[in-house]
Amino acid sequence: MTTVFDNLWLSMTRGEFVCVIGHSGCGKTTVLNILAGLDVPSSGAVIVDGKAIEGPSLDRAVIFQSHALLPWRTVLGNVAYAVSSKWRDWPTMQVTAHAQKFIDLVGLTGAEHKRPAELSGGMKQRVGIARALSIEPKIMLMDEPFSALDALTRGTLQDEVRRICQETGQTVFMITHDVDEAIYLADKVVLMTNGPGAVLAEIVENPLPRVRARTDFHKHPLYYATRNHIIDFLVSRSRTFIQEAGRTYDARHVVVVRPGLPEPTIATAQESSTRPTRSQQVAAS
Amino acid sequence: MKAASLTGRAAVVSIALFLAFILAWHLATRGAGPTQAMDPEYAKLMGVTATQGKSAMPGPADVGAKLWFHLKRPFYDNGPNDKGVGIQLAYSIVRVFIGYLLAVAVAVPIGFLIGMSPLMSKALDPFIQVLKPISPLAWMPLALYTIKDSSLSAIFVIFICSLWPTMINTAFGVAAVRREWLNVAKTLEVGTLRRAFTIILPAAAPTILTGMRISIGIAWLVIVAAEMLVGGTGIGYFVWNEWNNLSITNVITAILVIGIVGMLLDLILARLTRLVTFPE
Repeated sequence: MTTVFDNLWLSMTRGEFVCVIGHSGCGKTTVLNILAGLDVPSSGAVIVDGKAIEGPSLDRAVIFQSHALLPWRTVLGNVAYAVSSKWRDWPTMQVTAHAQKFIDLVGLTGAEHKRPAELSGGMKQRVGIARALSIEPKIMLMDEPFSALDALTRGTLQDEVRRICQETGQTVFMITHDVDEAIYLADKVVLMTNGPGAVLAEIVENPLPRVRARTDFHKHPLYYATRNHIIDFLVSRSRTFIQEAGRTYDARHVVVVRPGLPEPTIATAQESSTRPTRSQQVAAS
Repeated sequence: MKAASLTGRAAVVSIALFLAFILAWHLATRGAGPTQAMDPEYAKLMGVTATQGKSAMPGPADVGAKLWFHLKRPFYDNGPNDKGVGIQLAYSIVRVFIGYLLAVAVAVPIGFLIGMSPLMSKALDPFIQVLKPISPLAWMPLALYTIKDSSLSAIFVIFICSLWPTMINTAFGVAAVRREWLNVAKTLEVGTLRRAFTIILPAAAPTILTGMRISIGIAWLVIVAAEMLVGGTGIGYFVWNEWNNLSITNVITAILVIGIVGMLLDLILARLTRLVTFPE
């Protein structure tokens, strides 16, 4: 029996957008399934608002990687199904109106009566997002929601998700492989080492301002500092972290890092392309 | 020249095959000419088979004439031994529907139970495997002995034989519902009954209806066999009765009618299957 992970402690505050990044097979989806209640940990608990969870709940909406829409229902039918699951005694008109609101929110007005088979991948994922938002959950759990989409659609949907989550103040936990996506969307990026037996190596506080425009936020001076830090981790540290940290690793107080500006260097003939970045260790909470 | 559509070309081949078959049939059964002279009394007794060398097997012209006769007056009733084809078919179809609908009403819920519960699946499996291969005619004596009424026995035999394809297909369809849809139901806190009706049933419906389509075919086969055995009314009884009357033309006519009605029943179920099939 392999240990997927052991002694994993993670906390989130309301309104936070947290991304988890790690290599395939490190256990990110297992973490998400446990948070959702679809999987039960061998030991330990998930505590939401001071109470331990007892299985899947309408408070924790899940957006699956493969959208998981019901193919025999229309777009409206799929979202309405979620709405009527949450509010069992609502009349049909109220359910439809509420569902329509969220279909409009994700930009699918006019496609309500289409079946999932008639939709593109991006549209299907939008329906999944509308369905999750429509039940007004405490936390949204997203399992690589955009990985199956092409780059252009991915960009559009990231913008939509960011806009919606900022408007509603939604708490989100998202798994992703895409470093740029994590930096664009998240307030905090959690770095997970390689499995089996993965640990949370670091929590990277996103230093970029909350107002982010796709057109120029990669030009922000701290963008590449953050990006490089995460990629450095993925390239080498994800493998070697546990050995290096050894006894000093405290699972309950994972190091929080806030990437800073690169060290100023004097240009020399052998200037390397990578500058060491100064990362400030934020006091562990 | 525009290429003919596949359906058009297939129709041409079908018609050609049919005409070739009719021609071969006609050539095989037409008279070979007058045979040797024989006693006139004996000739009258033996009929055209002995005197003109005509085959005892009717030709397509005879069957065609008989078919037309039956189609002209399908619903005549001259007494218990002489009813029109339409009336006989009506008896058979009513019996099939009663037995079939009873079978579906029992098979689908049990299939659901088997599909959703691995315990019940394993527990019921030996019974299903033993009862499934039993021929309908083997059930007849038991049915007649206990139920005593021949019509109800026929219906019971249809019921017991058309249960299995629907039940097995329902169990398979229910067990094969995609896990991600069940996870959606879990995260939306959908209750067991609501989940069964709103997620499992629509997801398994195409498989269930495929099972029902197989079942209707079996039910139609069974009714003809059961009615031959039990007698009274029905298209199966008609076949057997005409065989006893040595009216082969009527037998062939009845066979044709049985085939066509069987095809129509299958067509109806196929249309129903298409209604519930969803593209993924």
